[in-house]
Amino acid sequence: MRKPEFVYVTYIETTPERLWEALTSSEFSRRYWWNTDVVSDWKVGSPFSLVMDGTTTDAGIILEADPPRRLSYTFQHVATGEPAREPPSKVVFELERHGRLVKLTLTHEGFADGSRMLDGISKGWPAIMSSLKSLLESGRALDVPLAALDIEGVG
Amino acid sequence: MDISDFRPDTVYTIYIASTPAKVWEALTRAEFSRKYFSGFAVETDLKVGGRFAVRAPDGSLHISGDVLACDPPRRLAVTWNVNWPGLVEKLGTTLVTYEIEAAGDAVRLTMTEAHDRPLSDDILSGGRLGWPAILSSLKSLLETGEPLVIKMAPPLRMLEALKQLGVEVPM
Repeated sequence: MRKPEFVYVTYIETTPERLWEALTSSEFSRRYWWNTDVVSDWKVGSPFSLVMDGTTTDAGIILEADPPRRLSYTFQHVATGEPAREPPSKVVFELERHGRLVKLTLTHEGFADGSRMLDGISKGWPAIMSSLKSLLESGRALDVPLAALDIEGVG
Repeated sequence: MDISDFRPDTVYTIYIASTPAKVWEALTRAEFSRKYFSGFAVETDLKVGGRFAVRAPDGSLHISGDVLACDPPRRLAVTWNVNWPGLVEKLGTTLVTYEIEAAGDAVRLTMTEAHDRPLSDDILSGGRLGWPAILSSLKSLLETGEPLVIKMAPPLRMLEALKQLGVEVPM
């Protein structure tokens, strides 16, 4: 049995430093992440939250911050809905220089079997990471409404 | 061919600022694939029962298969068999399906690699390394006009696992 996790890899024509900034700065995240702020001081042990249009949707604690190589935080859905009752999971970003590119590996793990949260994030991350790649390579984020993702209870 | 026994083992979804017709064209035509797929030429006879092939840059046949479903520009399913002696005998047929949907002003492309028997993560690691690179480059090509130059190391974990099974792999 494979453990319940989501892994996503993408290659982006950028530098690890710019990608790190895009992952940790609300100025960037608002553009590729449905107007979501990524709020933290990015120090190990500090709180982390996602704030979408002024509402905190997800929150956690910074577990690792090694700019511009590795970032991880715990992740718990705190907005309304059933997934809010699931225990915190863990998000890890690994940034590796790959020639003139950066290989970005996102691992989201620590889900219980049958997690609804896992289903939701498996639909959400590809759209967010795709839009981030577009923004860094072309200067334009994608225009994909959250409702187009068919996430249960969203949109 | 009965595909009811096939289980999806690897799914990769990517959103592209493009149109379904352009994504379809990029997936099925050699002039595009050579740019984003390390010089490999995709040849697709676009009808059910048509031939599907991927040729290496030297012209040799690397992957061969048949078109199982063809609904442009929405869905293409092909058998995707790497031409290494003994591979299909040991792993069974590989089924690759592309689904293309409009999502807002962008396109959602979902690639599913399915098999008719359980395969180890070691065997599946080859596709899991390759698909993100190929489809990241396809996205860049369609959005910026330039593919990515991704120098991939050989998929050693998969090659070693295939060798253990007795498949003749180029090492």
